[in-house]
Amino acid sequence: MTESSQPDAERIRTLLETESDEIKQNTRLFNAGRYDAIEGVGEATHEQYRTRAREIKEESIERLPDLIDRTVETVEANGGTVYVADDAEDANRYVSEVVADEAADRVVKSKSMTTEEIDLNEALEADDVDVWETDLGEFVIQIAEESPSHIVGPSLHKSREEITELFEREFEPEEPLDSAQKLTAFARRFLGERIDEADVGITGANFVMAESGSIALVTNEGNARKCASIPNIHVAVAGIEKIIPSIAELEPFAELISRSATGQDVPQYLSLLTPPVDTPTMDFDRADEPSFGDSDAKREFHLVLVDNGRRAMRQDDELRETLYCIRCGACANSCANFQSVGGHAFGGETYTGGIATGWEAGIEGLDVAEEFNDLCTGCSRCVNACPVKIDIPWINTVVRDRINRGKDPGFDDLLVDGLVPDEEVSGTPLRKRFFGNFETAARIGSATAPLSNIVASSGVARKAMESVLGIDARRDLPAFERITLREWARSRDSHVEDPVRRVALYPDVYTNYAHTARGKAAIRVLEALGCEVVVPNVGGSGRAPLSQGMIATAEEKARAVAESLRSYLNADYDVVVIEPSDLAMFRREYEKLLPPETQERIDDGSYEIMEFVYGLLANGADVNALPAGDGNGVAYHSHCQQRTLGLESHTEAILERLGHDVLTSDVECCGMAGSFGYKSEYYDLSMDVGETLAAQFMEASDERTIVASGTSCMEQLDSLLSPGTRHPIELLDPGSK
Amino acid sequence: MSAGSVQEFQQSLTRLDTASTVVSPNEFETALADVIETPAVGAELPFEDLSLEELPVALEPSPSQLREAVMGVTGSRMGIASLGTVAVESRSAGDEFVALYPEFHVVVVRESDLRSDLSDAFGWLQSEFEAGRRSLILATGPSSTGDMGALVQGVHGPERVHIVIVRDDD
Repeated sequence: MTESSQPDAERIRTLLETESDEIKQNTRLFNAGRYDAIEGVGEATHEQYRTRAREIKEESIERLPDLIDRTVETVEANGGTVYVADDAEDANRYVSEVVADEAADRVVKSKSMTTEEIDLNEALEADDVDVWETDLGEFVIQIAEESPSHIVGPSLHKSREEITELFEREFEPEEPLDSAQKLTAFARRFLGERIDEADVGITGANFVMAESGSIALVTNEGNARKCASIPNIHVAVAGIEKIIPSIAELEPFAELISRSATGQDVPQYLSLLTPPVDTPTMDFDRADEPSFGDSDAKREFHLVLVDNGRRAMRQDDELRETLYCIRCGACANSCANFQSVGGHAFGGETYTGGIATGWEAGIEGLDVAEEFNDLCTGCSRCVNACPVKIDIPWINTVVRDRINRGKDPGFDDLLVDGLVPDEEVSGTPLRKRFFGNFETAARIGSATAPLSNIVASSGVARKAMESVLGIDARRDLPAFERITLREWARSRDSHVEDPVRRVALYPDVYTNYAHTARGKAAIRVLEALGCEVVVPNVGGSGRAPLSQGMIATAEEKARAVAESLRSYLNADYDVVVIEPSDLAMFRREYEKLLPPETQERIDDGSYEIMEFVYGLLANGADVNALPAGDGNGVAYHSHCQQRTLGLESHTEAILERLGHDVLTSDVECCGMAGSFGYKSEYYDLSMDVGETLAAQFMEASDERTIVASGTSCMEQLDSLLSPGTRHPIELLDPGSK
Repeated sequence: MSAGSVQEFQQSLTRLDTASTVVSPNEFETALADVIETPAVGAELPFEDLSLEELPVALEPSPSQLREAVMGVTGSRMGIASLGTVAVESRSAGDEFVALYPEFHVVVVRESDLRSDLSDAFGWLQSEFEAGRRSLILATGPSSTGDMGALVQGVHGPERVHIVIVRDDD
């Protein structure tokens, strides 16, 4: 493959070897902390804060021009200065002038992603200003001359031993710095001296409150407090999107930000400052004078509000919600790929994790976003983690679509246009079109099975697939069935007297053409519980093209599905779905692809198979119609998108009711993620993510039956453990008695 | 606004590795003297009936005294029972410096100033903002970091915090 700006296999392999252990440990700590903290406060309460925070951000971005004007008024009335900078250069020039006006030769900074974004340190250093990062994570990065690997923990890819080595080499201390305590004490002293001697303190602002001209800073170390109070001059640099109306609107964010970031109920320090503050100025040159050296210097405050692409993002219907981001890093921590490679692969110039795609596309451009956008597999685990409900997978899909559209049509297209029946513009990479049109491959593969399977798995064919399509030869390909599920269902003679429900079982592409066994099991289970079942003639949901960023094709598929299902829904059939990624399309992504009333109709009328069975049993269906557990136990991995929809527990409940002992995995994703694990350059990453799941099931795999709800998860578990992973519905199959 | 209970406040402080003492107003000076480690600096308390004047605490200290102090004493006009949070106001008495430089921070808070939770605290904050008092830190436990490979307390701010809760007059 020649898509050179995307993350390459070599770089991913290197990061898996060098940074992965630390990143896994730290992001999973944050991730588990978030789950615990949310449980602690109560999910319903947490949900209320999310809803309110989302509303406030939507309103604030809508009113942004007014809020900027109001902030200018109030900060200036308080005695400060506001500068609205159009871009990075403009912001840097202003801050450099403030520093030069004071003839300042030392500046101390607290953590600020926005100053990273505009490369403020480089601009100040070009003027021979001594700049020190005082957040210890940023300090480590500054000394190591690296870029942040995580929005909240910029140095979390470094082990304590690596930091010791770095500090001892750089500072040659007399005593060894061989513990976190000693390193912290050293940094406290070293940076403390520099803060005392600094002329200007630069902070970010987590929130700016327009009505009072105040800023809020969230920190644990206390360095932002020092940077904002010890030097006489305080410069706060913030993106314009940080403005909210007033202190009244801060409350839900105060509840959400630390829980989402680190699993703390509140930060160690929430600074609410309306500068210039009343804390006296300090004169270290008169060290023995009481009253802090009895300085007569006045405090000065500059608020620099940075646009740098944000006003354009505000006008962009798809990227706009990126501006709601409060930079907590929950999307990174909940992301299986991020946990394995961190922000040095899954990140752009400044920002890291799933939301980075929105920030980098808006601020730097599509070319930077393209470098890492593929690492979002759309698993959707970040969706519920985001405290302001940003649809991060959708932003990644939209940006992928734009990247595809920006490609020059090349030789590939001349070759295959017409063979891939999609709605995409010429230029969309061939491989994306192949995966996006998987339904066509599956149809042809099934029609010509078993010959197609034999040919496809031959060495020559695999080599060709690897070189032309980048499909890793180490992966097993799905084996197509000659008789599709629909054909099988049609050929059966089955009749249910007085059905309790009438079911239209959605024949997703995998179940219909490859994994028909789970489809057959589903039909037998539903009939045993008193349902009449039909398998309607419906095409793919659009999940495959959507994953490749082929939105127009996905939209076309969605419309076709809606059209095909309409008569069933109108006739009061329940649509039951086996493949969770397709149900997630109906429930989530169709909101973006179909008119609201059409989407709601499908959403309301469709169920995941185990969710539906759960409902039948709850409404009196006879559980004895299903086979009881064999006592050997089950190891169950729930599909990522299924869990985002809150549908993991139905399967557990049914299996337990049938007498199975259920062990459920708690990894965010299996790592396969549809086409992702098939792609050569992502094979190692996909396997690395899968190893965590495999490790949870490894001991259990001898005695327990391994079940997984998604096709991808089954394929991944088959390759990591041993072939034979089944869908949970197969354990309920009375035909298997 | 609902009042927070001393008991809940103390439980929250325990979770934060923060010591606390409950005293009546007339025991206040004796009790605080027991907690004080010298050299100590302080910012005069924002309460009419409670003062640091008679205690071995340097008020309005010099920069040298500030740097050499092992303890800083400030008063807080608000505490959050559910979280163990106190306020450090940006006052001309220099509360912020006193609370930041020494490794040991002692905070005096009155029982009647305890709020039950963050939501109640925000009610108080809004009224403070309306009254023109708009700069303060909500501080919860000692300063900490995980950036050096393990959780460490005592970074740029205090390593230890002790809260002295003054009971309301009977």
